[in-house]
Amino acid sequence: MSTITQDSPAAHDDHHDDHHHGAPKGIMRWILTTNHKDIGTLYLWFSFIMFLTGGAMAMVIRAELFQPGLQLIEPNFFNQMTTVHGLVMVFGAVMPAFTGLANWLIPMMIGAPDMALPRMNNWSFWILPFAFTILLSSLFMEGGGPNFGWTFYAPLSTTYSPDSTALFVFAIHIMGMSSIMGAINVIVTIVNMRAPGMTWMKLPLFVWTWLITAFLLIAVMPVLAGTVTMVLTDKYFGTAFFDAAGGGDPVMFQHIFWFFGHPEVYIMILPSFGIISAIVPAFSRKPLFGYASMVYATASIAVLSFLVWAHHMFTTGMPVFAELFFMYCTMLIAVPTGVKVFNWVATMWRGSISFETPMLFAVAFIILFTIGGFSGLMLAITPADFQYHDTYFVVAHFHYVLVTGAIFSIMAAAYYWLPKWTGNMYSETLGRWHFWCSVISVNVLFFPMHFLGLAGMPRRIPDYAIQFADVNQIVSIGGFAFGLSQFIFLAVVIKCIRGGEKAPAKPWEGAEGLEWTLPSPAPYHSFTTPPEVK
Amino acid sequence: MDQAQSKSNRKLIGMLLLGAVGMFGFGFALVPLYDVLCDTLGINGKTQSTASVYKPVTVDKNRTVTVEFVSQVQSDLPWEFKPEVNTMQVHPGELIRTHFVAKNLSAKQVVGQAIPSVSPGQAAAYFNKTECFCFNQQVLAAAASADLPLIFYVDPDLPDSISTLTLSYTLYNITDKGYVVEQGAAR
Repeated sequence: MSTITQDSPAAHDDHHDDHHHGAPKGIMRWILTTNHKDIGTLYLWFSFIMFLTGGAMAMVIRAELFQPGLQLIEPNFFNQMTTVHGLVMVFGAVMPAFTGLANWLIPMMIGAPDMALPRMNNWSFWILPFAFTILLSSLFMEGGGPNFGWTFYAPLSTTYSPDSTALFVFAIHIMGMSSIMGAINVIVTIVNMRAPGMTWMKLPLFVWTWLITAFLLIAVMPVLAGTVTMVLTDKYFGTAFFDAAGGGDPVMFQHIFWFFGHPEVYIMILPSFGIISAIVPAFSRKPLFGYASMVYATASIAVLSFLVWAHHMFTTGMPVFAELFFMYCTMLIAVPTGVKVFNWVATMWRGSISFETPMLFAVAFIILFTIGGFSGLMLAITPADFQYHDTYFVVAHFHYVLVTGAIFSIMAAAYYWLPKWTGNMYSETLGRWHFWCSVISVNVLFFPMHFLGLAGMPRRIPDYAIQFADVNQIVSIGGFAFGLSQFIFLAVVIKCIRGGEKAPAKPWEGAEGLEWTLPSPAPYHSFTTPPEVK
Repeated sequence: MDQAQSKSNRKLIGMLLLGAVGMFGFGFALVPLYDVLCDTLGINGKTQSTASVYKPVTVDKNRTVTVEFVSQVQSDLPWEFKPEVNTMQVHPGELIRTHFVAKNLSAKQVVGQAIPSVSPGQAAAYFNKTECFCFNQQVLAAAASADLPLIFYVDPDLPDSISTLTLSYTLYNITDKGYVVEQGAAR
């Protein structure tokens, strides 16, 4: 990336203007806000609340699995916990956190005064709390909430689902609308509002990865909306999309769902790649190795993500040629992903590295996400998948890519940009405590799951055979420790907002990008005069 | 925001919205697309849903194919449903007549629909039914029983790698479903 400069008078003016156009006071500031920084903050807090909510459900699951047999909860409630834990974490925690980061950072990174569509931005956030209120309220209804897994396979979600399924469907509709509006906003902002001189190949990688993610969102969220609509009409209005008795096909559900579902997993990891590509160079004090190859690798992953959906369904009785096609396409994704991991390592190579909390999370991301990638490759091998399918090996795999992948990158981003957001440095000591507690407990939590899966423990079952008891106890202890560790993060953030050492405009020596040319905290209105990018 | 930018914003939003709406439609287009693909590629074990006409072909007396019959009843259907014979040896091209026995165990009239599936899936295209109870809904009065006929032949072009065919019928209760199963739908 080229050097980016900004003439200081503009920055001075911005800061000066701030006194006249600061944030309004009171609760209405947050309800009516069209400011990208306010909306970013709302998204991030919402995401954290959902992270704790989904986490509490994970604690219920791990408490029940602490011992074999049924101790604490009914199997049906266990199923609701696994289902809603997945839905809340995917649609409530990870995706809104990325949208929050996009809101905060993209305008500052490309030198724009705000997002392109500020009023739509307000809507796309404020419909989310309603969606999750609907979803979570269904847990308290007669017959319970969704209990068919977050993948809501038919006929579990049609013939055998609880009466509250319509609420699940509407909640997904609203979440989908929110995501699509957010994606449109991101694309229009990046395409039309870049500062003069901010050419495509000068865009920070976080902006690039989000642009590609936004296109994925627009391509697949409507397909998810269609799928839940078919579930709705099958269950309540007598259609037979997925009912064989009426000429439909339950296997077709899985094809349509995973046509959405596989690009969805890249929606949850591509922005992470952008975050790591910002943090690793900053703390290695070297420019990113292979910028252009990073852009092309991200784009190829996005294209390939549409050609691999059926690797989730190897055991449905597909013909051999289809199994081979999806197996090889899936393995092909390891190539661009490998390019990325190589570039991060090459960026660190002979850099003068320091290990502040964001870098600790970034390095942990690279190692642990790669482990998740490798277990993904194992699952991609069709004959091996027949053994791994629906076991804890799968659970271990996707938690490595989503928790130590997506969530670790979000934590890294929070630590990296907190000084810019709050104007104060966070407590490095507490940050390191948070990191080490998290990274140790998360491995105690998820690593033994690989062995449970290989030994044949099925997922989504509240009880298990006695030989799995010891390992499950270790896993549960890791789970409780990881859950508790996240309160350290909450403490760090609150402490940082309330005060602390004042942050300079650029608190990280090696950081690059327009956002560091703004004072800390970033003024309420920034770049009202576009900076000049050379 | 100046005029030119808001114009180009609106154009881009329009295109993106169109894309989103188009993808919503594409989700539904996947339904017929799926049936067409399964049909043309002969995958998924779906057999044809209308009676095929028996073309007198030379019966391949030198080759024997094992045909197995499997029946399943969904839990909400109070029927007993079994093949007359579980397995038979047939020569490709030979017209075979057999039947399944269904009995309504309840005290009410019940409508059932049998859905066939052939395994391995690639063999489905070579399994021809000239008459099958699965082409129609089956109505059984309270406590009534019926012999449900099936007449079929195996196409002599059946690949040599396949020596055993399994024909599975799952019987569904569609009494109050109001399904009108169109003739010609892939089944």
